[in-house]
Amino acid sequence: MVRTSTMVLNGNLTVQMNQTILQNGKQRKNGHVNGEKRTNFPAAKGVSCRQYSPESFEQAPMYVAVLTYLGFGIVTLFGYFRDFLRAVGLEKCHLAQEREEQKEFVPMYQDFENFYTRNLYMRVRDNWNRPICSLPGPAFDLMERVSDDYNWTFRLTGKTIENVINMGSYNYLGFAENNEDFLKTVADKTLQYGVGVCSSRQEVGNLSSHEELERLVADFLGVESAMTFGMGFATNSMNIPALVSKGCLILSDELNHTSLILGARLSGATIRVFKHNNMHSLEKLLREAVCSGQPRTHRPWRKILIMVEGIYSMEGSVARLPEIVALKKKYKAYLYLDEAHSIGAVGPTGRGVTELFRLNPADVDVMMGTFTKSFGASGGYIAGNKELVNYLRSHSHCAVYATAMCPPVVEQIVRAMKCIMGVDGNTVGIQRIRQLAENTRYFRSRLKEMGFIIYGNDSSPVVPILLYMPGKVVAFSRAMLARKIGVVVVGFPATPITEARARFCLSAAHTRAMLDKVLHHLNEVGDDLCLKFSRRKISPRPSLFNETDFELDS
Amino acid sequence: MASGQQWVLVEMVQAFYEAPAYHLILEGILILWIIRLLFSKTYKLQETNKLTEKEKEELIEEWQPDPLVPLVSKDHPSLSYDIVTGPPSHKIIINGKECINFASFNFLGLLDNDRVKQKALTSLKTYGVGTCGPRGFYGTFDVHLELESRLAKFMKTEEAIIYSYGFATIASAIPAYSKRGDIVFVDEAACFSIQKGLQASRSVIKYFKHNDMEDLDRLLKEQQLEDHKNPRKAKVTRRFIVVEGLYMNTADICPLPELVKMKYKYKVRIFLEESLSFGVLGEHGRGVTEHFGVNIDDIDLISANMENAIASIGGFCCGRSFVIDHQRLSGQGYCFSASLPPMLAAAAIEALDIMEEDPEIFTVLREKCTSVYHALQGTPGLKLVGVPLSPSLHLQLERSSGSRDTDQRTLRRIVDYCLEREVALTIARYLEKEERYLPPPTIRVLVTVEQTDEEIQKAVSCIKEAALAVIS
Repeated sequence: MVRTSTMVLNGNLTVQMNQTILQNGKQRKNGHVNGEKRTNFPAAKGVSCRQYSPESFEQAPMYVAVLTYLGFGIVTLFGYFRDFLRAVGLEKCHLAQEREEQKEFVPMYQDFENFYTRNLYMRVRDNWNRPICSLPGPAFDLMERVSDDYNWTFRLTGKTIENVINMGSYNYLGFAENNEDFLKTVADKTLQYGVGVCSSRQEVGNLSSHEELERLVADFLGVESAMTFGMGFATNSMNIPALVSKGCLILSDELNHTSLILGARLSGATIRVFKHNNMHSLEKLLREAVCSGQPRTHRPWRKILIMVEGIYSMEGSVARLPEIVALKKKYKAYLYLDEAHSIGAVGPTGRGVTELFRLNPADVDVMMGTFTKSFGASGGYIAGNKELVNYLRSHSHCAVYATAMCPPVVEQIVRAMKCIMGVDGNTVGIQRIRQLAENTRYFRSRLKEMGFIIYGNDSSPVVPILLYMPGKVVAFSRAMLARKIGVVVVGFPATPITEARARFCLSAAHTRAMLDKVLHHLNEVGDDLCLKFSRRKISPRPSLFNETDFELDS
Repeated sequence: MASGQQWVLVEMVQAFYEAPAYHLILEGILILWIIRLLFSKTYKLQETNKLTEKEKEELIEEWQPDPLVPLVSKDHPSLSYDIVTGPPSHKIIINGKECINFASFNFLGLLDNDRVKQKALTSLKTYGVGTCGPRGFYGTFDVHLELESRLAKFMKTEEAIIYSYGFATIASAIPAYSKRGDIVFVDEAACFSIQKGLQASRSVIKYFKHNDMEDLDRLLKEQQLEDHKNPRKAKVTRRFIVVEGLYMNTADICPLPELVKMKYKYKVRIFLEESLSFGVLGEHGRGVTEHFGVNIDDIDLISANMENAIASIGGFCCGRSFVIDHQRLSGQGYCFSASLPPMLAAAAIEALDIMEEDPEIFTVLREKCTSVYHALQGTPGLKLVGVPLSPSLHLQLERSSGSRDTDQRTLRRIVDYCLEREVALTIARYLEKEERYLPPPTIRVLVTVEQTDEEIQKAVSCIKEAALAVIS
């Protein structure tokens, strides 16, 4: 550990940072600190460290892990038993079968590949893919579906479950809305342009509205230039290969999104993974990479790209950006920041994590983000300096081969972004950002009070509640739906096997009454299902919540 | 016994006393040496090799990475885009000049269709724009389910699955099935999204010559021999043929009936990319299967995008449930991406309606394609690449100058000449360093049902004029 502190001293890091790095010594698997809170200090030069954003990853009691494994063990055993029954023909197999003509072919799927799907997922799959038939706003209407054969097939009853509170959609700023006045410009664009483009940007799909949007995005982020793409996922997977290639090194956070991983894999660069948000692990990798160069040839790396996300969507944690920026400067690496969940959602004016930590956006080499979440549209952007964007305009896979973004979606983004920026003097945008921050603070602290284990940063609107056991995950989701609250639950393989969770996404459009209703039911369901695992002593409710409720105009 | 042993001990002690001093010292040193050897580390070499902290700092100080991106020169041909103002439909305004559009993939003219627009508008009023979530987490709308069942019905398959972006469709579908160790036989002319899908799958990839069934047969035979050598491995190695219905890069049609024969002969599955042929070929626009009268169930997976004929955004895969359903958990672009905005799905449904109501539209398109194809024959200095039925044709230089850049510039001059005279064409763009088999530089000529005979006449004579002026 002593070595660590000398290592960073000649970087422009403050003393606090050394402390945080030293604290990392206590870190355990998955970067979760045992017991106490982990604290982030911004270390940017010349900025006072007023911003204080604690992050917590409380570990569950031992018995929880044991019971979780036991639970998985039992369902797995049952799975084998039922596979046996199916094999001997005592149980009917409901899965779609291969055609008779192709039975001789090499099987499309290996038997074990689908074991999990067949025996575990099938039992519980009513909790995902629930179809909705309304706007994905703060409350939505679900289409009722029933299964007559234990989830092998579903049947829509034609009835709707109305007014379910939506805690699952990424509608952070409430721009998923259908108010006709707000959408007037979008409707106009639809009538004028239709919905497609029928060409790629480099051929004849480059509409003037795309260029206008790109100027606006650059303006919004405070960078020189920006380029937009038609799909958020593809923004990552089709642009990373343009930036790095063989002989380059990618240092990727272990919890990075699939699109980043896919992009990294397609690029042909070497990929090394560091522990989630663990600066010690990152620095070790950086140091080793620079000192020993490429494996076997020992040539120096051509460049090193650090890939992190602003807010991690399953963890609710915020990238420790000040430290990452300091490290990247010291080791001359480049930084790729994916702000899919954080753009619009954090920072006093919604500019994302750079604003949250009061960093200069120019310190981040590649600013990537999506329009799906906070802006209620679709697509993504990459922003940075002029050279970067010029290079992408001429070399991005997206610009050459993929259809350009469709005009109504462009207009929706422009409208939402202008609203957030308060371009024509409106304050709706800034009110929504404040409302979201307020909702986040309120919801998170009430959950902590109730004794749930929640993960992540206090300012992150993504709130994972740890449920651990597979049975509880399912019971929780169904119980909440029965109380007309739509939640998202995730388990293995999307999370580590012992850390199944429910994820709540807060929105500026949630009213206090809605949140109170959700919290009330959460409390009851939490007691019913024994979900309150936290062993922390919670101080009495602080007086941060004033009762003045920011109601949205919409 | 005991006394005997004691005797030996006494003798030893005595010998010890009697031994000369140098002998004792030597033995002592040897013992110490053995102990040292036992406890010292075997590889001392590495230790001396290790960098000191100071050396590391120096290395870090010294290392200079490449710039994040190389500088793009200002006159790079693909840096400055043509700017389109207004909708890119029948007429298109490129760089301020209104032209007849021969450059958009809007084959059926549905981009400008009022019914489609109205349907999108109605959907917008109900659902807003974005879905704010992937399909799994409340991003499945009734519109998506409807579109999926409509597509399945239209294509006469069991099931369809929609993706929110055309490019991501086949690029996600291939790696959902083909894994490391599996073998994919793929046509050399396969488009870029197929190439990316193959790369993501990490399978063994074998390219056969474009539309050359003998070459494919040769590869499959080779594989058969290989399988005989290692039957255990062969039993778990999945194999696929990936082809396009109507090729993006060469504008010709794959010989599907022969491919199906190969499929059963060698027990290989067929994945078919129909982005250009869907809504174009066949009496009802069902694509290349209908064109050849091949049973659609013989094709394991068909993928197409809804960005050309349908003139919306997104893509879909269809086939038997046994195959398609797997993507709902394994298609990366399906699971991990936000779902298609409902208004775009609604527009696609309306487009399907129009296609079903009026199959005449495909006959019209075919006639236009054929007439453009025949009219463009004999363009001086330019070779027409493609088949008469293809709405996406390529004009290639008859004699290449040998330098791709020069060729590209020549073609660009022809495009500019036509733009001046109100005919919009475009150069087919490729990433030269990324393509597996880089197609030669070409001008794309796209036929749509909206183009009138006079307009086609005008465009053709304009192209011929331009070719004469530029090439000779």
